[in-house]
Amino acid sequence: MSTNNKLLSGNEAIALGAYHAGIKVAAAYPGTPSTEILENLAEYKDIYAEWSTNEKVAMEVGVGASYGGVRTLVSMKHVGLNVAADPFMAVAITGINGGLVIISADDPGAMSSQNEQDNRHFAKLAKIPMLEPSDSQEAYDMVMAAFDISEQFDTPVLLRTTTRVSHSKTIVETGNNSRKQVEGKVFKHNFRKYVMLPANARARRPLVEERVNKLAGFSETSAFNFVTKGSPELGIITSGMAYQYVKEVFPEASILKLGFSYPMPQELIKEFSSRVKKLVVIEELDPFIEEYVKSLGIEVTGKEFVPIIGELTPDVIEKAGCAMGILSEYPGTDAAYKKPALPGRFPLLCSGCPHSGLYFTLSNIGQRSTIPGRKQREPKLIITGDIGCYTLGALSPLNAMDTCGCMGASIGNAIGMQKAGVGEKVVAIIGDSTFLHSGITGLIDAVYNKAKFTLVILDNRTTAMTGHQEHPGTGKTAQGEDTYAINLEEMVKACGVTDLQVVNAWDLKAIKKALKESLESDELSVIISRGPCAVSVRRGINPSKVDINKCTTCGLCLSIGCSAIAKDGDKVVIDGSLCAGDNCRLCEQVCPVNAIYPDKPGLIGANNE
Amino acid sequence: MNNYSIIIAGVGGQGVILAGNIIGDAAIASGYDVKKTDTIGMAQRGGSVISHLRIAPKIYAPLIGENQADIVLSFEKMEAARCFNFLKPGGIVILNNREMPPLSVGCGIEEYPSDNEILSVLTQKTDKVYLVEGSKKSAAIGNIKVLNIFMLGCLSQFMDIEDKIWRESIIKSLPAKIVAINISAFEAGIQAVKPQ
Repeated sequence: MSTNNKLLSGNEAIALGAYHAGIKVAAAYPGTPSTEILENLAEYKDIYAEWSTNEKVAMEVGVGASYGGVRTLVSMKHVGLNVAADPFMAVAITGINGGLVIISADDPGAMSSQNEQDNRHFAKLAKIPMLEPSDSQEAYDMVMAAFDISEQFDTPVLLRTTTRVSHSKTIVETGNNSRKQVEGKVFKHNFRKYVMLPANARARRPLVEERVNKLAGFSETSAFNFVTKGSPELGIITSGMAYQYVKEVFPEASILKLGFSYPMPQELIKEFSSRVKKLVVIEELDPFIEEYVKSLGIEVTGKEFVPIIGELTPDVIEKAGCAMGILSEYPGTDAAYKKPALPGRFPLLCSGCPHSGLYFTLSNIGQRSTIPGRKQREPKLIITGDIGCYTLGALSPLNAMDTCGCMGASIGNAIGMQKAGVGEKVVAIIGDSTFLHSGITGLIDAVYNKAKFTLVILDNRTTAMTGHQEHPGTGKTAQGEDTYAINLEEMVKACGVTDLQVVNAWDLKAIKKALKESLESDELSVIISRGPCAVSVRRGINPSKVDINKCTTCGLCLSIGCSAIAKDGDKVVIDGSLCAGDNCRLCEQVCPVNAIYPDKPGLIGANNE
Repeated sequence: MNNYSIIIAGVGGQGVILAGNIIGDAAIASGYDVKKTDTIGMAQRGGSVISHLRIAPKIYAPLIGENQADIVLSFEKMEAARCFNFLKPGGIVILNNREMPPLSVGCGIEEYPSDNEILSVLTQKTDKVYLVEGSKKSAAIGNIKVLNIFMLGCLSQFMDIEDKIWRESIIKSLPAKIVAINISAFEAGIQAVKPQ
């Protein structure tokens, strides 16, 4: 094999492909499984890459850069495209100037998302072309082709990946490719193309239909739509990662692989169907291809057997194949074995997390904490939550969250709860990056409409959940330049809030006092709980230790939900290698008998992660 | 050339992902096709991590199916049992004798399984089970964080990849200042599974 073979994730391949395609601008908001695309692009100093405040802004920056004449990439997770849907639909009508490629990274199985949605529908909704890679090589090739398609047809192009494509590492051959020098185009003032006044928008409507018809013709000849000839007994139409599983589970079948999957190649599908005895569509999530094939009047089997919910795997496809009668038996079954019953290992707030103290206090005030042997009480307070690491505060033993839907929703939900006249006090919880993403507009609404609740902003100075990306409050850009750091206090005050407190995230007394005052206040009040993310200051200094002569094993320290503290038989122990020590000291403040004290440094050293 | 389907299991923070990357790198250097995928989710925050690694002349699916894993390499004892469904009958299990109790165990809601329970699950499919003292040896070498490279040393004895290539891939993947200690860990891992 040539030395130009690299083992790349789908996201790394997209970034490399975009760079080689000559992009000049990239914009994104972090979100699993899309984050690494912009992280990789930000490393190139000859392009401009930004973390935008949210996906809508990222899309608008991308559209502006495209109008401005340069090749541009915008990337986001599937729900990010919901946020960005407005500019996305607008640019679908205006078309582009410099090539514009939009990446939607979907999350079948909702492994790190609030929902599961199939964003292939967005291509159809916006009437723009879509490419769907099934490994890193295709991701690399497709992103490069996407820029040519974008410019040839005056359209944004949607490149849709999934978690399994974005995060799997497969070999990519880049041949002798290097960065293409693309001549920037000049922005030409064009009122009819770029100003979507109703009259202009109506005038462009027929052009959109014309474009989608031309693209349907192009799809017929695209090399990304191809047939691998096999037995005429069984034909399978597939796309994305499902293609790889189909190749493995049905090595004998004829396969039509759709990589250019909107608009679909009608003639190719008809011809393929006519050459096989039984036709099956195997696709992940919705029956997007299947419904189209059926609309052509072709008899086809699919979602009656292939699950519409969750991620496909070779096992799932084998089971579906058996149910369809196209596989004789399911060889993978291990029903004969005794299955292990194991304790679950769920994610939790890190030891030393700056959110723990606030949640611990809120959990106590709100009567939420669940520790075995303790009396369970009726919860008090309604706590509206948001998207981030702190969503884990919803889990045991903290149980301090009642709602969580989408980015920024905590604040609007709190306003609605209070206006609905719920009897309990309402607390909204949001992180710093999420507040800047889409919380500010909610806060303005709260002030404007005289809502009364407590808003807690958990300010850990980073976008922690997705792996510590910069944001407008951190003072650094995506490419590492110093910049103005938004001052949250001033921002909150500027929205019209007068009752504002700032507390140290590890000072339990201060947190308790602030929360009590806020809950008793009869106006909207905001608490900023501030402390840097534990991962960025993980080096523990003087980890805590338990004095077993003093400890009564009351279990109060366990209710913090700290991974370093555990009950070992009839003792409570602290794992010195996990404890954040001087960076935290929450358990020391919690212990009613002063049994927890700082010890000498533990086994902490060079980082192999 | 051989076919290897390998599951690497552990807990967020144990270095599972890096270990998989090094194996992938060594396999490519040996002329194999490689696909690697992680079920990572929110692993950074203490959850289970499972890496699927497929190595063969030509690979399609990155995911390993039930009963298809030739080798399960587990950095934490109980996690080996969690990956039992992937293990091929007659396959190899290498598990580190280190217990990391999840929060539910630490709070007293659930119990950590005994060695006997874990082994009785695994031996339903295979008698090739290697229980190694990876964490203890790593601490003795000087840093518990070298565990992942220790485990690679164990694994290397069951794969047809040259020792030189393993070492080159390890050196390439780590900062220079921690290479020496990690090479020691690799060598200790080799010794741990060698017949006495």
